[in-house]
Amino acid sequence: MSETVLHLINVLGILIVVLSIAASLPWVERRLLGYLQDRYGPNRVGPFGVLQTVADAIKLFTKEDWIPPFADKPVFIIAPTVIMTTILTSFAVVPFSPGIGVIDLNIGLLFFLAMSSLGVYSVMLAGWSANNKYSLLGALRAAAQMLSYEVFMGLSLMGVVIISGTFNLRNIVLAQKNMWFCIPQIIGLIVFIIAALAETRRLPFDLTEAESELVAGYHIEYSGMKFGMFYIGEYVGVTLISSMIVTLFFGGWQGPFLPPIVWFIIKTFFFIGLFITLRASLPRPRFDQLMSYGWKVMLPLALLNLLVTGGIVLATGS
Amino acid sequence: MDIVFYIASAVAIICTVMVITRLNVVHALLYMIVALLSVALVFYTLGAPFVAALEVIIYAGAIMVLFVFVIMILNLGPQTSQQERLWLDGRIWVGPTILALILIAEVAYVLSTHSTPAYTITEISPRQVSTQMFGPYILGVELSSFLLLSAVVGAFHLGRRRQLYPEEIAVSAAAVEQNTSPQGDIQPEPQIQSDIHR
Repeated sequence: MSETVLHLINVLGILIVVLSIAASLPWVERRLLGYLQDRYGPNRVGPFGVLQTVADAIKLFTKEDWIPPFADKPVFIIAPTVIMTTILTSFAVVPFSPGIGVIDLNIGLLFFLAMSSLGVYSVMLAGWSANNKYSLLGALRAAAQMLSYEVFMGLSLMGVVIISGTFNLRNIVLAQKNMWFCIPQIIGLIVFIIAALAETRRLPFDLTEAESELVAGYHIEYSGMKFGMFYIGEYVGVTLISSMIVTLFFGGWQGPFLPPIVWFIIKTFFFIGLFITLRASLPRPRFDQLMSYGWKVMLPLALLNLLVTGGIVLATGS
Repeated sequence: MDIVFYIASAVAIICTVMVITRLNVVHALLYMIVALLSVALVFYTLGAPFVAALEVIIYAGAIMVLFVFVIMILNLGPQTSQQERLWLDGRIWVGPTILALILIAEVAYVLSTHSTPAYTITEISPRQVSTQMFGPYILGVELSSFLLLSAVVGAFHLGRRRQLYPEEIAVSAAAVEQNTSPQGDIQPEPQIQSDIHR
């Protein structure tokens, strides 16, 4: 009985912490972007503008939640829930520390890949069901982009799987006791970060919502909390990807002196910061550049990395 | 685990029926995705987690995305629902129903006469699957990789921008000249297709 209670606390705790981190990220991002671009950012609500997110949330909740009469109503309502569900379910396999984590799945890595591939539907269905030219264009872009970047996102992780010999994320972390995988798998890491950026549709790859050409892309017709789902979903996705990078390439919870969970959070926040800094510094590519970059540069690189890693592991027999 | 298996199977069957009976193509595809997910759950409860993960990644996460993508590009209007409605009249159902009833009767007969052994679940790990794939079944893996490679080459051939021959270039240049000549009358604008897709 007490084990069940402990498990429930584990699940709820992870859910609450992840959601509150994701909800506070918009403020972090806007402040950081402000500093990087030599301006203030939101600093009016509460000390340093911390309560800006609360104000935004109240605004979103009290806004009229409008469903366009020309939209496909059931699909329009389902679409935003899909992205939240898939991303939050992925957190189930993330090993936060030796004692914290929901399930110890022996196909944990595949589960993460499966959930991230299902996330495409959210964007596609949102864009299609709104019955709007711009959102349909955004959805088509999203589908093409996420489908092609997913291919080598999986491939880039297989090097890690070859070295550690398991799909279990907990064992992958334990396999990095002596050396973090970011050193032998540096190419895999770079490919994964780029693919992950495309998968979360963050700025260098946000052609699906490119404001200057598609107005807001796939979520153009959304308002109120349905829009909030997409908005927060993006930040939950960033948190997920950062924690996956930490788990797979940077030794997860391992580190000296501090307790494991603290190490995990420090490392994760480092990568969240990296993602935000990338947003401030990189321009948006053209769509055909994005696609040819994916298929002609990233895919061969990921395959080459896989080949070399496999060869070395086979030769050294470890 | 038993109850999970039965629920997942029931969901799979209901969804498959919905796939056939929906008139809106995208709704049908959505039901199909749910059916694939529940089949993945069935695999998982039967002790094949690796196959379950692949089912979600490949079928639900890649192939069905392409299906939805194509349907979105086609931008089907309300007239296709109408067409579907016309096609799916009562008589269409007679043949499949009789055949399905025969199969159901056979399954019921088999289940009633033979006592099926209670299945024991042994979990198959990814490692076991791969040693089988690249051990005894290596030929099948290699053959399917041939097939995929030929598909890739075919797709490349279809998508390639064709190189024009010199005489073709001359012809197209002449055509362009003719169009831009001052005597050329104004071309009527092409009919823009309606973008309302229901």
